[in-house]
Amino acid sequence: MAYTQTLGSTRYRFADLKTLLAKATPLRSGDCLAGIAAATAEERVAAQLALAELPLQTFLDEAVIPYEDDEVTRLIIDGHDAAAFVPVAHLTVGDFRNWLLGPQADERTLAALAAGLTPEMVAAVSKLMRVQDLIAVARKCRVITRFRDTIGLRGRLSTRLQPNHPTDDATGIAASILDGLLYGNGDAVIGINPATDNLAQVSELLVMLDAVIREYAIPTQSCVLTHVTTTIEAMARGVPVDLVFQSIAGTEAANASFGVSLALLDEAHQAALALGRGSIGDNVMYFETGQGSALSANAHHGVDQQTCEARAYAVARRFRPLLVNTVVGFIGPEYLYDGKQIIRAGLEDHFCGKLLGVPMGCDVCYTNHAEADQDDMDTLLTLFGVAGCSYIMGIPGADDIMLNYQTTSFHDALYLRQTQGLRPAPEFEDWLLANGILDAELRPADTLPPRFAPALARLN
Amino acid sequence: MSEHKAPLVVDNPWTALRRYTDARIALGRAGVSLPTAAQLAFQLDHARARDAVHLPLDRAALLPRLQGCGLDLIELHSAAADRHVYLQRPDLGRRLDAASRARLDALAAPGCELAFVIADGLSARAVNEHAAAMLAAILPRLDGWRLGPLTLVEQGRVAIGDEIGAGLRADIVVVLIGERPGLSSPDSLGLYLTHAPRPGRSDAERNCISNVRPAGQSFAAAAHRLHHLLAESRRRGLSGVALKDDTELTTLASDCQGSFLLGVQGSDAG
Repeated sequence: MAYTQTLGSTRYRFADLKTLLAKATPLRSGDCLAGIAAATAEERVAAQLALAELPLQTFLDEAVIPYEDDEVTRLIIDGHDAAAFVPVAHLTVGDFRNWLLGPQADERTLAALAAGLTPEMVAAVSKLMRVQDLIAVARKCRVITRFRDTIGLRGRLSTRLQPNHPTDDATGIAASILDGLLYGNGDAVIGINPATDNLAQVSELLVMLDAVIREYAIPTQSCVLTHVTTTIEAMARGVPVDLVFQSIAGTEAANASFGVSLALLDEAHQAALALGRGSIGDNVMYFETGQGSALSANAHHGVDQQTCEARAYAVARRFRPLLVNTVVGFIGPEYLYDGKQIIRAGLEDHFCGKLLGVPMGCDVCYTNHAEADQDDMDTLLTLFGVAGCSYIMGIPGADDIMLNYQTTSFHDALYLRQTQGLRPAPEFEDWLLANGILDAELRPADTLPPRFAPALARLN
Repeated sequence: MSEHKAPLVVDNPWTALRRYTDARIALGRAGVSLPTAAQLAFQLDHARARDAVHLPLDRAALLPRLQGCGLDLIELHSAAADRHVYLQRPDLGRRLDAASRARLDALAAPGCELAFVIADGLSARAVNEHAAAMLAAILPRLDGWRLGPLTLVEQGRVAIGDEIGAGLRADIVVVLIGERPGLSSPDSLGLYLTHAPRPGRSDAERNCISNVRPAGQSFAAAAHRLHHLLAESRRRGLSGVALKDDTELTTLASDCQGSFLLGVQGSDAG
């Protein structure tokens, strides 16, 4: 059905729910590229005013992508928990914002509400929010997951140690791993983007990561971020797989362009669970997402890129992942043009993920053709500390020499922990202290911790 | 008193590891932050990468060198009017503007086996510095090929080669284009081969040779691989995923140092 809003003598008409959501979205280049953005600043606010009046119930009655056409829509509708929805079922989108900001929406209430919310509801309310609203509400949410350590506790900030190398050279990767560990990074995962999807090469990397984690008894988990079918094959051959990785998106067609479906992800999830490799928990999946992926696959169905992104979190939460992160600035300026758009998108994604009950982290990043720089990354990084982001990336000197983009450095994590009093995951913190990598104030040691001296000696 | 002062920068005792990777490891720290030298080194590399994106084609220097290749040269422009539009509208960078379209049509091209297209892409610097050298490396290997005119396109993306190749009635088009600059690789040239080019071809129907630059894949190595792909493409009448680059060596994680983090197969584990 159509929605209207009259401002002065102008009557704005929005043909359907997805059009209303797209026109209400704060400006970003990807929606302009798709031809679905508001034509004027006033039209954008008119759409936001109309959206604010919309009952949340509308999102259960009108799908932005038809139920018959899309398995993600079916997952969202069939998986909706009506009982959990009750506390907010009577609210409009505008009053949902007021409710989220109020004292009744505390950590326990929000955790119980998650299953009653759909991606479209949280995307809608985020469009009425400023940056500080996105932070204030997300900060109240906690999503806690476990494998060999505990991710997402209040007052904690974890990092993915990302030791990428352009040819997967084992020594080069090990050098970056050691650098990261000695800077107190790696409690979310030690995760490599491999240079190829070649099974033998991926398996070799997994065996090495497993051996390093066992040799030093590190309370963390490994991952090689290859296609899910490659990981399934590796598991079938007995290769030590901790976490199954996959990039996912918010429409069935976009997932098909990634070569995945819910059934395939389910197969991988069951296979990883059967390995039973987690020592303190069984969250075994790792997903990456990012605004613009559905549009770039021409699989967005006229839905704005932020709503598509929130729908990806419905896919993620079905599999109880250990980690989910948006790779917010990676896709390029045709989707998020500059630092301003990247910063807001990152906070939107974190907010939507946390409200939906997803253990949300962020790859705070940019490419060299985007209008962004290290100052923008510092801003987003610092805001994420306040918002309670579960984890960020850690890479040597912020420079990924394999993927050719810039993400957060090992130093950045230390900065964020120090300025905001955040600590690593508790099990990992104990390991860092026991091995003399950090002192009691969480400062790195000035000298080489003795446990690692034999490793360096092997190179001489 | 001064000998008790802590140093301003804490160096890392594992700087020797730098010889095994180009990653920015063992940078040391000031407090927990980057030391000034490492911070400014990063800023310099980012500045170079940014400049590579926004630098225009240096036509004054480029044209005489390209004309020296012995091919007719046509200058064209995409439908993206400037860099600002180009960065936000990839669709416009994939097709010609009206004047260029008319110029191409006016040629009434007789057809050819192979046409080269040079486009600025995301690094005009790569084209300014390496396009002529790359052509000089491949052209001597193309004895017996019927070559079409050379085109130089401003604000172009890879797929603009489809429209140009179709307009020239080329059997195969090869696009030489500046790649998305990395922090340490602002001057990479990419080579994209498409058989039977026409608008609407997908990326799966192309073959790509990437990272062509003096510090990456050499012009000679790229020319060797391109020549192999061209010969196979002509022989089999296709390009893309069905056309394997079997000159490519499989890289394996097989450095003789292995992972120095590990003892002799777990003998000192625990």
